[in-house]
Amino acid sequence: MIEVKNAVKTFDGFAALDGASITVPDGGVYGLVGPNGAGKSTIIRHLTGIYRPDSGAVLVDGAPVYENPEKKALIAAIPDDWYYFQSATIRDMMRFYKGFYPNFDMARYERFKEVFTLPEKSPIRRMSKGMQKQAAFWLTMCCRPKYLILDEPVDGLDPVMRRQVWSLMMGDVTEHGTTVLVSSHNLRELEDVCDHVGIMNKGKVLLERSLTDLQENIVKLQAVWKPGETPVLPREMEVLHTSNVGRVYTYIIRGTAQAVTERVAQFHPLMVEALPLSLEEIFIYELGGEQYAVKEILL
Amino acid sequence: MFTLNYRDSQPIYGQIKDGLRRMIVSGALEPGEKLPSVRAMAMELAINPNTIHRAYSELEGEGFIYSVPGKGSFASKREAASAARGADPEREAKLIQQLRELVAELRYLHYTDDEIIALMQEEAGQ
Repeated sequence: MIEVKNAVKTFDGFAALDGASITVPDGGVYGLVGPNGAGKSTIIRHLTGIYRPDSGAVLVDGAPVYENPEKKALIAAIPDDWYYFQSATIRDMMRFYKGFYPNFDMARYERFKEVFTLPEKSPIRRMSKGMQKQAAFWLTMCCRPKYLILDEPVDGLDPVMRRQVWSLMMGDVTEHGTTVLVSSHNLRELEDVCDHVGIMNKGKVLLERSLTDLQENIVKLQAVWKPGETPVLPREMEVLHTSNVGRVYTYIIRGTAQAVTERVAQFHPLMVEALPLSLEEIFIYELGGEQYAVKEILL
Repeated sequence: MFTLNYRDSQPIYGQIKDGLRRMIVSGALEPGEKLPSVRAMAMELAINPNTIHRAYSELEGEGFIYSVPGKGSFASKREAASAARGADPEREAKLIQQLRELVAELRYLHYTDDEIIALMQEEAGQ
């Protein structure tokens, strides 16, 4: 399990992390979302043992990760700017990775030649950005880490490759129980792969939930009322948003689809229908009211 | 096997359930036929394995499929699903609602009730 507890990190008086806490359960796929400068990469650099928090704790399996080789051996990460040695080839970098990760899977490395059709023996620096990212995936996934940490991982990958790497990662999650933490701007993409989501802004984690909880406790309801009989829904129903086009009213209500539909049905609508919400919509309604800044993330 | 519609507001696990259910009901998956493993599905669709787990376990609860530990999931015989009538009242309510809407629309197109009933009997006779 990965835990960040109340981490604070200040750079020249600027609090990049301002009491951030996250919990990533084992075998989960955790999505970290937030606008630029929210602190996503800072959290990730703490998790990979690069930064030490000013206060608070960054724990991997219960132990601090900073200067802890035993814990760091469990983690493989792809940062947003992947480092490789000047004039190194993929094969050179493979040897470097192999030296650090005892579980480095050579057979897998060979198999991946078919997946990532990259020139193994030409300098990485001559490759395009997307090709370099593929090389990073190739090597990192061969490390067979318990924790896979990815900062904006699919940036620069074409749609086919993007799907390919997600497919490989989902295979590892199912088969080996690999835990994945991924930061991204793309809620659409996270919706497919994540089971937990944390949303960050200004160095804090505003909300952290399982995706199922999020999606099942908020409903978009469409109702049609008889002319002149539009009821005022009672306060205790937690209506977050109401809009209407003619007589068709759309409500965003907290609660399960069944409970909310039954409750609204008591007001005798001509028609009532519950529609599920996308992750994007949920974030807007969950956070849009109190946290105006969150809206900007999603536009 | 089937594709997910990312513009659909139906959640992904629901789409998987619907897709598999349709295949079982139409006979594209025969009784006793093995369903793809969770891993194969997760990789094929590039989605979280828990989503597939959830779809499978709900379908199992409704009697459409059964699982054999260590072997995987299999499509049930039709009798098993009918024994599970009432397992998913929400789904049943939705189907009945759809049926009502279909009947209402056919009537609007001047289909007689006898014609609609004949159509249903024809489907049932298959």
